Amino acid sequence: MRNRIAYIASNTFREAVRDRVLYNLIAFALLLSGAAILVGQISIEIEKLVVINLGLTAVSLFGVVIAIFIGIGLVSKEIEKRTLYTVLSRPVRRWEFIIGKFFGLAGTLVVNTFFMAIGVFAALFYVSHKFVRADALILVALYFIVLEFVIICSVALLFSSFSSPLLSAVFAFSLFIVGCFAEDLRNFAGMAHGILRWLATGAAYLVPNFSAFNVITSIAHEQPVAGQLILQNTLYALSYAAMALSGAVLIFEHRDLK
Amino acid sequence: MPAIEILGLEKIYSVGFWRKRPKRALHPLQLTVEDGEIFGFLGPNGAGKTTTLKLLMGLVSPTGGSARILGHEWTDPAVKAQIGFLPEQPYFYDYLTVRELLEYYGQLSGVPAKQRSQRVEQVLHQVGLQDARDVQLRKFSKGMLQRVGIGQAILHDPKVVFFDEPMSGLDPMGRREVRDLMEQLKQEGKTVFFSTHILSDAETLCDRVAIIHQGELRGVGAVEDLTSSVQGKIEVIWQGTHIPPSVKALGADCHVSGDCARAIVSEDQQDAIIDVLRRERQHLISITPVRISLEAYFVEKLRHSETTAGKTA
Repeated sequence: MRNRIAYIASNTFREAVRDRVLYNLIAFALLLSGAAILVGQISIEIEKLVVINLGLTAVSLFGVVIAIFIGIGLVSKEIEKRTLYTVLSRPVRRWEFIIGKFFGLAGTLVVNTFFMAIGVFAALFYVSHKFVRADALILVALYFIVLEFVIICSVALLFSSFSSPLLSAVFAFSLFIVGCFAEDLRNFAGMAHGILRWLATGAAYLVPNFSAFNVITSIAHEQPVAGQLILQNTLYALSYAAMALSGAVLIFEHRDLK
Repeated sequence: MPAIEILGLEKIYSVGFWRKRPKRALHPLQLTVEDGEIFGFLGPNGAGKTTTLKLLMGLVSPTGGSARILGHEWTDPAVKAQIGFLPEQPYFYDYLTVRELLEYYGQLSGVPAKQRSQRVEQVLHQVGLQDARDVQLRKFSKGMLQRVGIGQAILHDPKVVFFDEPMSGLDPMGRREVRDLMEQLKQEGKTVFFSTHILSDAETLCDRVAIIHQGELRGVGAVEDLTSSVQGKIEVIWQGTHIPPSVKALGADCHVSGDCARAIVSEDQQDAIIDVLRRERQHLISITPVRISLEAYFVEKLRHSETTAGKTA
């Protein structure tokens, strides 16, 4: 069982690695990190702040684009192209297929983040000529970005299990944007009355709370991140991904591959 | 023990967006395929052949009924390690080379790592793709993809093989090779269940066939039984190019080819035509019962089912 999941994950990884669009996106993210140096040079005294802010935002944004771009097609494209027929007619359970796909995509994003992070650190070194202890905080921000990706992968996979790639992309992007404003949605729910309060509260807890993962600005200002937040975010991301994946499995188990 | 037992499998789809309405794709199907047979599943396009195969592969869930493959429930994952499947017009991960694809399928089918590479090479030779082993599948023609499809279906040495339209997209040489491969699989003791609408292939290859139309089974049996039971005519061949008028008088369908003449008459005129040929001092070569072609039987069954459906309506 574990082997089959690993084989599916490694094939998903291989598919992503052989996709040229992925390289274009990574190159674009690295360019943006490079551009941060230029912007930093015209922002006297705050070069480092600009490089960290722009660099990590590029990593996060392009990672999200890659996660959604690849994730939305993981199941629906396989059904559309009928590549799934020769996989599921083997001793592969449907849930193993979904979990394998998830790990393949998550693995791809971890590797991408690693390379994009090298770009950010290189840009940082270029403007500061040295690394200081506080720069290690960037690793925490990168960890939170990876946790974000884990959630997005699972959500993209969930949408991909029942809708077309185009609709999945719309759903996943919308959820990402709403998720970035989850705190505001919660505040709004607190102020609302009656049925609107119930609806807003329900929506606020249903959408992934990405605002808790965004520590880029505070890290750029060298403010430490509490260990409790790291633990909280880790548990939240893993629980959310587990729920989204359970939904994807549940839907996919009952889906007819016409 | 039968290799495949289909016990009333049926499928009704819900069609329509807002107002869902049921559409029956397969009426409850009862069918048994014996171990070591080549079994042809015949029917026109949209008859329910692919639905049946998808049900057996667990790609769609049945509305009712069940099936057993090699004595086990067809949904049992252990059974899937012993079956191979070629879907209709197969499409594969086009970023992989054929060798990588077969390696991947070997992994999923549980082929031990030590034997995998050797088995992949063996199958590449078997389907004639050894020279294209490191070419990405996106560069493959339709016929080559069909060969890949056959290769992946037999890669893990399954006991039962399901082929959905295996000759589709192949040139005459390719079709011949697939026919040979099926014969070879039979000789190895495997059961081959294949769907087709190319009747000549079925006639040449199959031990038994089933005919399905509009989701309903219309006939099943050995090809010879199906084709000999309905004709009731004999073909008489004698030497010479002369056709006596008394033979024509029997209402025989006569023609001459080379230095032989032949006549087709009904079975009850057998004695009469032999008497005539003796009287005319013709040298008799053979008398054989005329078999209806599988195609004629197939068309007859389809016409019959359409007439029945028309009357019911």
